[in-house]
Amino acid sequence: MRNRLVRAAAPAAAAAVLLAMCAGCSGGGDGEGTVTRGTLTGELTGSGATFPDPLFQEWMSYYSESIETRVSIDYHAVGSGGGIEQFLSDTVDFGSSERYLQESELTVAGDVRGCAAVQFPVVFGAVVIALNDDALDGLILTSEVIARVYDRQITHYDDPAIAALNPGMELPHEEIVPVHRSDGSGTTYVFTRYLTTEVGFWAEEYAEGTDIDWHADTLGGEGNEGVARGVTENPGGLGYVNQSYALSAGLATARVVNEDGVPIEPTLAATTAASEEAEIPDDFQFTIDDIGGDGYPITGANWIFAYECGYDDETAALLRDFWTWALEDTQADRFAAELGYAPMGRDLKERVIREIARVNSR
Amino acid sequence: MPPTKESKRDRPPAAEGGRPRGTPQRLGDRVFSGASTGAGVLILVILAGVAAFLIAEAWPALWADSEDVTGGDGIVLYIWPVLFGTLISAAFALVIATPLAVAIALFISHYAPRRVASLLGYVIDLLAAVPSIIFGLWGVAELAPMTVGPTEWLADNLGFIPLFDGPASATGRTMLVAVIVLAVMILPIATAVIREAFLQTPRLHEEASLALGATRWEMIRMAVLPFGRSAIIGGSMLGLGRALGETMAVAIVLSANRDIVSFDLISSANSSTIAANIALSFPESSGLDVNTLIASGLVLFAVTLLVNMGARAVINRRREFSGAN
Repeated sequence: MRNRLVRAAAPAAAAAVLLAMCAGCSGGGDGEGTVTRGTLTGELTGSGATFPDPLFQEWMSYYSESIETRVSIDYHAVGSGGGIEQFLSDTVDFGSSERYLQESELTVAGDVRGCAAVQFPVVFGAVVIALNDDALDGLILTSEVIARVYDRQITHYDDPAIAALNPGMELPHEEIVPVHRSDGSGTTYVFTRYLTTEVGFWAEEYAEGTDIDWHADTLGGEGNEGVARGVTENPGGLGYVNQSYALSAGLATARVVNEDGVPIEPTLAATTAASEEAEIPDDFQFTIDDIGGDGYPITGANWIFAYECGYDDETAALLRDFWTWALEDTQADRFAAELGYAPMGRDLKERVIREIARVNSR
Repeated sequence: MPPTKESKRDRPPAAEGGRPRGTPQRLGDRVFSGASTGAGVLILVILAGVAAFLIAEAWPALWADSEDVTGGDGIVLYIWPVLFGTLISAAFALVIATPLAVAIALFISHYAPRRVASLLGYVIDLLAAVPSIIFGLWGVAELAPMTVGPTEWLADNLGFIPLFDGPASATGRTMLVAVIVLAVMILPIATAVIREAFLQTPRLHEEASLALGATRWEMIRMAVLPFGRSAIIGGSMLGLGRALGETMAVAIVLSANRDIVSFDLISSANSSTIAANIALSFPESSGLDVNTLIASGLVLFAVTLLVNMGARAVINRRREFSGAN
């Protein structure tokens, strides 16, 4: 079974490698403000979400080649659920997930090493609505309309509800083919959580989750690639994918109306704006809801989990230094922007860096 | 698994109660008998280990409150639709593949010129080496769009048959495509097993029936098919085992929904299969969801075991009448 899973992950991993390589060649590499130090040693292993994997790989290879040359950091993109599992069973040094650890999981974590778990966000990402028809690029949608499309209440692009939002646009009488992820994914979680928060009937009928019970007349695709294929190969296709994937694949995307009634194009700046709009408590247990201003409304964060105790000094120093570097160095932010991820705002970064200091502090 | 048992069946009766009395034993004999006994025990230990792992990991899900299980309706209602999808996809794949495999095997063993036969046999063996993900990509990118037109016709004209109830899927990502892909995937192994049996049909049987005035088809019906019957069943069951456990191809091809139990092969609402569901859901599962998935794996394990035991029983019962001995 393990073998099958590895096989399942292989195409995703290959895509990640390609992405990382490509970013490497365009990135140049000589970022100012980065100094080769080589003072730390040791190995770090983490596992978790697939969504930030291309960025993490880029960060880790740059860090271990240009900053701390005597360390090795491994990240396994086994999925958010797998990341939580492996973190709670203490088989990795850090875990990563698209949702924060709930109280019940924090209680479990407290028993693992006899001290609390530390969790902090490191990067933001948006979920965008990709469209088959390039002529529809910039189509304006609301949460209500998106929910009704996925519930098959709205079946054509020239539906009055869509026409009312897009007065200037020529809408074809074409059937909408809604595409969703057929595998469990953090992208689905961010997307369905947004619809659950915003739309009453969605919360009752579908709710949120990494894998939900979709309407029978929607199309499933495996991974971002599968959804993108479903969108591009079917006339009338409409699906949700990671922002980073949509940017690299150059898909036509819809604008989504946020809390202030402004239709927002899914750009990285709009995602960063959303992260600044969000109210984030000191325990970093937050979701990014009710985004207004210039913020793009379907946005999620990626968390890193570590423990307050139980690391040897070498590992702890490396763990703290790596994540602090990822937040502080402008080169790290540049990688994020190139790969389609939104770095966090300055205030939030400072708070997170203070939180990172708690790792192995007891 | 079946091949190892096959050889046991053919073992001379003298070996049944261990080494025949009076045979001299050298070091080589002891080493070899130790090594083969060890290998035999090892496979049992591995099987028992897998079963123990599945039971231990599935245990919490089997006794959990039904609201806590994925989907909220209890473990039985979670597993039933995927079990149904597994059985129906494998069964129909077998329905398509078995007659084809028999026909191909017959062609290779009795109709084709020797050159063509060996080439064809080689090509079919090659088909078995194609990774399942390639079949999956072929199914989703090539086969699925091609089935849209024909399935619409089926829904319009043969809609009274529950299998073609429709409405036909507009994207072609249906159970029918999964079934065809699975049939192609199990074809090589089934053909290989059946072909070997047909080739071993005693020459004298064939010549006798021809001498009695049988046509070639009558000869095949009277001499070759009865001789190969247990191989046809055995080969099909090997294929069925592969179809039941196939993961990637199904996961890529099917656009599955939860809670669907339907014989309709061509609509857009399909049940998933156990293996595909595990592969798709496992990475994002934690806690009890993992136990639930492993419980479904335990069910698949049990089903595969039952299928193999059933096939063995059928083969053994038929053996005396097959003319194979």
